[in-house]
Amino acid sequence: MRHVISLLIENESGALSRVSGLFSARGYNIESLTVAPTEDFSMSRMTIVTTGSDEIIEQITKQLNKLVEVVKVVDISEAAHIERELMLVKVRATGKDREEIKRTADIFRARIIDVTDASYVVELTGNQGKLDAFIGAIDPALILETVRSGVCGIGRGDRVLKV
Amino acid sequence: MVLSGAEIVIRCLQEEKVEYVFGYPGGAVLFLYDALFQQDKVRHVLVRHEQAAVHAADGFARSTEKVGVAMVTSGPGATNAVTGIATAYCDSIPMVIISGQVPVAAIGQDAFQEVDTVGITRPCVKHNFLVKDVRDIAATMKKAFHLARTGRPGPVLVDIPKDVSMQRCEYEYPKEISMRSYNPVTKGHSGQIKKAVQLLLEAKRPMIYTGGGVVLSNAAEPLTKLTRLLGYPITNTLMGLGGYPSSDRQFLGMPGMHGTFEANMAMHYSDVLLAVGARFDDRVIGNPAHFAEEPRKIIHVDIDPSSISKRVRVDTPIVGDVKEVLEEMIRQLESGEARPNPEALAAWWKQIEQWRDRKCMVYKNSDEIIKPQFVIQKLWEVTGGDAIITSDVGQHQMWAAQYYGFDKPRRWLNSGGLGTMGVGMPYAMGAKLANPDVPVACVTGEASIQMNIQELSTCKQFRLPIKICNLNNRYLGMVRQWQELFHGGRYSESYMDSLPDFARLAEAYGHVGIRVDRPADVEGALREAFTTHRNELVFLDFQIDQTENVYPMVQGGKGLTEMILSAEDL
Ligand SMILES: Cc1cc2nc3c(=O)[nH]c(=O)nc-3n(C[C@H](O)[C@H](O)[C@H](O)COP(=O)(O)OP(=O)(O)OC[C@H]3O[C@@H](n4cnc5c(N)ncnc54)[C@H](O)[C@@H]3O)c2cc1C
Ligand SMILES: Cc1ncc(C[n+]2csc(CCOP(=O)(O)OP(=O)(O)O)c2C)c(N)n1
Ligand SMILES: [Mg+2]
Repeated sequence: MRHVISLLIENESGALSRVSGLFSARGYNIESLTVAPTEDFSMSRMTIVTTGSDEIIEQITKQLNKLVEVVKVVDISEAAHIERELMLVKVRATGKDREEIKRTADIFRARIIDVTDASYVVELTGNQGKLDAFIGAIDPALILETVRSGVCGIGRGDRVLKV
Repeated sequence: MVLSGAEIVIRCLQEEKVEYVFGYPGGAVLFLYDALFQQDKVRHVLVRHEQAAVHAADGFARSTEKVGVAMVTSGPGATNAVTGIATAYCDSIPMVIISGQVPVAAIGQDAFQEVDTVGITRPCVKHNFLVKDVRDIAATMKKAFHLARTGRPGPVLVDIPKDVSMQRCEYEYPKEISMRSYNPVTKGHSGQIKKAVQLLLEAKRPMIYTGGGVVLSNAAEPLTKLTRLLGYPITNTLMGLGGYPSSDRQFLGMPGMHGTFEANMAMHYSDVLLAVGARFDDRVIGNPAHFAEEPRKIIHVDIDPSSISKRVRVDTPIVGDVKEVLEEMIRQLESGEARPNPEALAAWWKQIEQWRDRKCMVYKNSDEIIKPQFVIQKLWEVTGGDAIITSDVGQHQMWAAQYYGFDKPRRWLNSGGLGTMGVGMPYAMGAKLANPDVPVACVTGEASIQMNIQELSTCKQFRLPIKICNLNNRYLGMVRQWQELFHGGRYSESYMDSLPDFARLAEAYGHVGIRVDRPADVEGALREAFTTHRNELVFLDFQIDQTENVYPMVQGGKGLTEMILSAEDL
């Protein structure tokens, strides 16, 4: 089963490698991992997308909690939550493709944020499915490069991850 | 008060009442050694190899309730220390390791004797720090000791660049430390404890299974009290030996791969299993699927939530410190009316006694050739069962665990989790320094002892009168046993040729060496070592039966009830 684990971790050098090292040492999957400081600069928030049986997910959260620099861990996918990912796609845009790509971007509520004679950079946010769908909607031959941020997640409503 | 970083480190050690630092100097720690030189509160033990420094500090910690401290230089000093650190980590031993590092500006430049010590040790420490600012040293040291000894204990490494140890700043040792990200739970949930007590009282075939956590939490007393109060059978893992007096009737011996028939059968067929500070290791429960076949309720007390429901599903988890939880269980039992069901318990004990009557620990002694079990039994007699026994890894380790009955905790020091050959002598060194009045013996094999044989020199320098009992079978015996049983008797590289004359080797280092060839001489040699040569290191080289195997045995992948009890079972 796919799970989205959010955690708060002390913003210390090496903290990220403790988390990624834990996953590789114990053979857990990482689908994506994102991290950046929170409004409180002494702490970072990490979102990890992983898969595993209930037993494995239980061990993952316990092992993460055990890391000395980890302040809090929640599996936000246990209840209603929101996931977002940012994608930038550079596409070849010449001739009639320019219009076509623009139209597709509009349908997906994507934005074109860089334009040259021959290319566009398209910016798109959404859940993983939406991003995958956009890629699917564009002729693969036109895609020059893509970059995705990995998933960020947050609980809906009253669920708050804070110290 | 303005001090250098090095002086601050040593001050912190003094504040933590550290008596001994085990270490080895080098370029990156010159300032630290200079600061050590200029004081006399913290004593330094100069080993002959950094691995032994960490093991000795580890042995010091295992034989006391204190944090062991080791100091090594950057690069090769740190890499030599890694085996020692991993050994302590696998058995949850509280330690602080201080390593030197190249100057901050040189980090990442492939500088001389630079390795990423924090990176290399990350998977085998409880936590580690690289201190880049002299002003952080005192707080980091405080944190290191706090982390090492609280919660599930473990080794903590502090890496200090040379320039940081030289720079100066105002020094004050923090009185308290609080870390928002680190708050181990010690008091067990009282509702869970209540449920557990209820379950225990309803049991028809109860079993208590305890481990290293009892020793680490200094909980032998409440454990003994609770076990007697209930009248239930008990087993201690290899790491937990001495947690309950082995001479007591309720004690069934060790469980697991080389455990007793009665302990394994009782573990397997129990209907309520109380696990305390033990982690259902694969060498203890055998095949987990086979173990799960028999329905039973499991209560698991452990300070580390990740130990619970890791290998077997637990019905009543209790996260907390063993001592606090056991004391609460005793309180609840004593204040309540309910007592265990006497008929069910009597029937269960009757069954257990039948298992015990198989006498799985009986071995065939000989007048001609020395049996290792016999040596251990004599060692027990000569030391009145009250020595600190360290061991290395192999058959001799199992014989020591099986035949030296431990009645007290912290009397049995060995590497269970990592199984590191070479720990025996350094453990004995640390234990002897910590317990100068207690006899200390290292039970070893001719292969293991050679992994840190150079420490005979350290023992001479620091006058450590430990007794080394070498069960010399001229084989990597444990490997040979597996090859005999599971690899068609093809003894690939398990025979060791060209062994030194250990007695003369010991003499060359300035110690006493005695070679023993005949069973009739075993006791005399031991008495000589522990009385005539009480104040000297004695190396007893027992030439034992080369073909002796360790039984009982649960083969890897098999269930606990599928034991080989002796060679006749094969
Ligand atoms: C050659 C060889 C053969 C072996 N054969 C056997 C065998 O036959 N039988 C056997 O038993 N072992 C055997 N072992 C040892 C085995 O590998 C394990 O090391 C051992 O079984 C683990 O012991 P334990 O479960 O007590 O856990 P430990 O490793 O001692 O772990 C302690 C547990 O207690 C917890 N804890 C620590 N402090 C506290 C506290 N204050 N409060 C609460 N909980 C705490 C920890 O979180 C941990 O879960 C063998 C090893 C070797 C090298
Ligand atoms: C450092 C290390 N290397 C290899 C092993 C694998 N090993 C386990 S027991 C053993 C043989 C030990 O021989 P010895 O010390 O003579 O003890 P014996 O089994 O003969 O009593 C070996 C090689 C180990 N445990 N540790
Ligand atoms: Mg041997």
